[in-house]
Amino acid sequence: MSEPEKPTSTKDFGARLQSARAKRDAAKKPREGLAGSGLGMAMRVAVELVAALMVGVAIGWGLDSWLGTKPWMLILFFLLGSAAGITNVFRAVGGFEYGAGYRKDEEQAPSEGQGDKPDGD
Amino acid sequence: MATSPLEQFEIKPIIGDWVVTEDGSKYLPFHTFTNSSLFMLIAVAGVLVFLTFGMRRGAMVPGRWQSMSELSYEFVANLIKDTIGSEGRKYFPIIFTFFMFILFGNLLGMLPYSFTITSHIIVTLAMALVVFIGVTILAVAKHGLHFFSFFVPPGSPVAMWPLLIPIEIISYLSRPISLSVRLFANMLAGHTLLKVIAGFIAPLGVFGVLPFALITALTGLEILIAFLQAYVFAILTCLYINDALHLH
Repeated sequence: MSEPEKPTSTKDFGARLQSARAKRDAAKKPREGLAGSGLGMAMRVAVELVAALMVGVAIGWGLDSWLGTKPWMLILFFLLGSAAGITNVFRAVGGFEYGAGYRKDEEQAPSEGQGDKPDGD
Repeated sequence: MATSPLEQFEIKPIIGDWVVTEDGSKYLPFHTFTNSSLFMLIAVAGVLVFLTFGMRRGAMVPGRWQSMSELSYEFVANLIKDTIGSEGRKYFPIIFTFFMFILFGNLLGMLPYSFTITSHIIVTLAMALVVFIGVTILAVAKHGLHFFSFFVPPGSPVAMWPLLIPIEIISYLSRPISLSVRLFANMLAGHTLLKVIAGFIAPLGVFGVLPFALITALTGLEILIAFLQAYVFAILTCLYINDALHLH
């Protein structure tokens, strides 16, 4: 709409600087990535899988000894823990980074689990 | 003669001693100064010396030492800027503290006859819990009860909630475990491996050259891992803070 205005007044300099900075910050954002090596990535994924399983089993065990429902809570939470572990690994590998429990970008990944957006998108 | 490869992880009291209970089990009282405490102090002192003496001159054109101090500062500052953005600047002190402490702890462990503080899960778990509890408080303080809506994956059908919410909660609770286990397991496994392979050198005689070559390479790898794990801890702390700041 507006023609390229020749005299750029110093008045809106602050605003322009701010928008430029915001743009730069926004551009920086997606870079976060797994800057570490493949080795670091491999270790992280393995631990991520096991950690959720450990938490699940611990919760199941605790509930069992508290409620006296010997094997059932352990079995249930073992399965839930495995699912959480897979979720964690999926999120770590598939662009969600470590947003375990959280979502990174609502618009880009429409539904839980299916949000496997390709990297170069 | 042959010492256990796990001997290096033993906690030994320096000031104070084991207390033996009536049933014969022994424990270290809470206030005992152990080799672990000593190496933690050395790590803290090392960071202090590294940074304060490095920046003592504050020259415009930095020397080697000052350059290293500035490099470590800039590394963490850029990490925060890239992951959290400019509002993450106020969390710089805690992230930098964790990074330097873990880095120095890991690197100190690479010295012969030293003790690796990060090879004990109680140390790494304590640090991970500080991060986890701090981040949770931050998220609740910033978003109030809205925070708990995070355990509900958006866009999922209500019928799935009873299944998905526990999974999300477990996934959230697994953060401090994965953060601490990752660091501790890497250090423990790496140092044990070094000792085990070093144990092969003497019995193999001439062929001991092979494990000797291997251990040289592994030492390099361990130093890489020492940096990598400090970096991973720092970047995960950044990502968790970022999550807490921008929940949805």
